[in-house]
Amino acid sequence: MGNKLIDLQGITKSYGKQMVLDDLNLYIRENEFLTLLGPSGCGKTTTLRIIGGFESPDKGRVVFDGQDITDLPPNKRHLNTVFQKYALFTHMTIAENIAFGLKIKNKSKAYIDDKIKYALKLVNLDGFENRMADSLSGGQQQRIAIARAIVNEPKVLLLDEPLGALDLKLRQDMQYELIRLKNELGITFVFVTHDQEEALTMSDTIVVMNQGYIQQVGTPEMIYNEPENAFVADFIGDSNIIPGTMIEDELVEFLGTKFRCVDKGFGNNKPVDVVIRPEDVELVAPEKGTIKGVVTHLIFKGVHYEMEVMAGGFEWLVQSTKMSPVGAEVGIKVDPFNIQIMNKPESEDEEAVGVDE
Amino acid sequence: MNKKARRKNALVSSPYMVWIAAFIIIPLLFIVYYGFTDGAGNFTLEQIKSIAREEYYEALILSLVLSIISTVICLLLAYPLALILRNMNLSKQGFIVFVFILPMWMNFLLRTYAWQAILDINGVLDTALSAIGIEGFNIINTPAAIVLGMVYDYLPFMVLPIYNVLVKIDDNVINAARDLGANFWQTLVKIIIPLSKPGIASGIIMVFVPALTTFVISDILGGGKLLLIGNIVERQVKADNLNQAAGLSLVLMVFIIINMLFSGKDEPDIKTVKEGKKNEKLR
Repeated sequence: MGNKLIDLQGITKSYGKQMVLDDLNLYIRENEFLTLLGPSGCGKTTTLRIIGGFESPDKGRVVFDGQDITDLPPNKRHLNTVFQKYALFTHMTIAENIAFGLKIKNKSKAYIDDKIKYALKLVNLDGFENRMADSLSGGQQQRIAIARAIVNEPKVLLLDEPLGALDLKLRQDMQYELIRLKNELGITFVFVTHDQEEALTMSDTIVVMNQGYIQQVGTPEMIYNEPENAFVADFIGDSNIIPGTMIEDELVEFLGTKFRCVDKGFGNNKPVDVVIRPEDVELVAPEKGTIKGVVTHLIFKGVHYEMEVMAGGFEWLVQSTKMSPVGAEVGIKVDPFNIQIMNKPESEDEEAVGVDE
Repeated sequence: MNKKARRKNALVSSPYMVWIAAFIIIPLLFIVYYGFTDGAGNFTLEQIKSIAREEYYEALILSLVLSIISTVICLLLAYPLALILRNMNLSKQGFIVFVFILPMWMNFLLRTYAWQAILDINGVLDTALSAIGIEGFNIINTPAAIVLGMVYDYLPFMVLPIYNVLVKIDDNVINAARDLGANFWQTLVKIIIPLSKPGIASGIIMVFVPALTTFVISDILGGGKLLLIGNIVERQVKADNLNQAAGLSLVLMVFIIINMLFSGKDEPDIKTVKEGKKNEKLR
C-alpha cells in the first residue's frame, strides 16, 4: 500500500446541538480498501459525505493527494461515490447513466462507447446498454451504480452501504465482486457499513467508529483478535465481556476464579474488562474445567452449536462443534492466550457497550 | 383479485359511478347533443362553424394567447419556487406551502375583486404610485390585468404538482449527478427537470385549462370590454342560446384535449408505475 491519499485532519461536524464527529483524524492510503464500521449514528456516513463533498465540516481539513479540498464542491473532486440505494437516473438508459460523467467532461463518442462496454463487462452486465434503470433488479442496479462511478477513473471510490438493500446471498456474492473489482482497478475504496462481517471479509483496514469517535483502526485480524476496548469487542463478533481484576501480570480474577492469561503491564489489583470469544471457550468434563457450570440453552447454527452456560453467576456464550445438551454439567476452560484483558473505559466515548445492531 | 373482492370493490365505488354518470357523462352528452343541433332539434354543424365568426374567432385567439402567456409565467415563477421549497428543511417547507395555499381558502371571486380594487383607477396601487410620483399606471381593463389575475389565481395549481414531484426525487440522485461532475445548471437541466416532467405536465394542464375557459377574471379585470371565449359562451347561455354555447364549448374542448395530449405524454402511465412497484418488491 502506498502513500497517504486522503488525510482527514481534526474533522468536527455537528447538526444543531448533535455532535456527529468530534476532532476526527484519519488517513487513507493509496490502493487501500478501508472500511468505516459502526452502528447507525456513529458518524461513518457523515465522514464519507465529507470526503465526497456533500457535507462540509465545521472544523478541520480534508487533504486529498497533498491538496486541501475542504471547500471544493463534489463535481470538482477526483473521486466518485456509489450511493445507498444506487441513485440511478431512472429517466435514462443504462448506457446514458454510465455515460453521464463522461459526457459532462466532453469526452468523444468513441471513447464513451468504449468505456461503457468496458464498464459493463467489468460488472458482468454486457448487453444491458439499452435497458432502463428501473427495469433491473437490485443487484444489477448496484453494479450499474459502480460502473457509472468507475468509468470516470476516480482515484478513490466511496461506497455508502452499497450492499445494504440486497439479500444475504447476493450480498455475499457482491462482496467477492467488490474485492475483485478493487484488485482489477487498483484504486482506493472507502467503504461504509454497519455489517461487521462485510467489513471483516473485504477490508485491508477497518476503522471502528462509535458516537463520532474512532474506537480502533487496524486490520480485520487485529480488530477481531485484539479489540482495544469493550465496544469494539462487543460490536465485532460475539463476545463474553466480564468485569474482573488483574491480580498481577499474567493472572486475572473474574467470577471469583483466577485464570492464567498472557497480558502484562496492567498493574496489580486493577479493575479490568475480560473479553473471551465464544469459540475460544472450551467445554470439558466438570472436574477438568477452571470453573463449573450448567448448559441452559442450545441452538444448532449450521457450522457449530451455540450454547449458553451458567457458570460463576455469568451466562457464558459458547460456540463449539461439539454439542452439550441442556442441563448438562460442564467445566469451562480457556487457554491463557484466548483471554483478552482491556482497561475499563476511562473516557465517555469508549463507554458505549450495548449499542447493538 | 377474486370475484368476491371485485364485487366488494364495485359496491364501494358505486356512489362515484352514479356521481360520474349524473354530473359528468350525462351533461357531456347533452353538450354534444346541443352542439350538433339547432333550436328545433335538427342536426346541424352551424353551431361548430360559428367559431369562424370574427367576433368569436378573435375571442378564441385572445383566450389562447392570454392563457398560454399565463401558463408560461406561472411555470417560470413556480419552478424555482418549488425548487427552493424542496431544498428547505422540513419544518419550514410545511409553513411556506401552507402560506401558498392560504389564498385558496378565500373565495375565488373575492380574490379577483380584490385585484380589481387594487388595480382600479384611483385604486390602491394607483394611489400609492401617485404618492411617489408615478402617474398613470393603469392596467385595469387591459389584457395585462387579465393575465395578472390568471397568474395570481392559478399559480398554486402550478406550484403544488411540481413541488410534489420534486420532493420525491432522492437527494442522492442529485448528489450522484454532482458527484459525476455536473455543476448546478447541468444537474438542473439533465436530471432535475427531466425527472419532474410529470409535475410540470400536471401543472400546465391545471393552469392552462381554467385560464382558457375563464370568464370571471376577464369580466372583472377586463371591464367587460375584452371578451374571452369563456365570456362568449357565458353570454350565449344567459341569452338562452344553449346550442350556440354548446357548439363553442366543443371547439374549446378540442384545444383542451390537444393541451392534455401534449403535456400528458410525459406523465407516468399506469403500466410503468406498476412495473416500478414490482421491481421495488424484487429488490
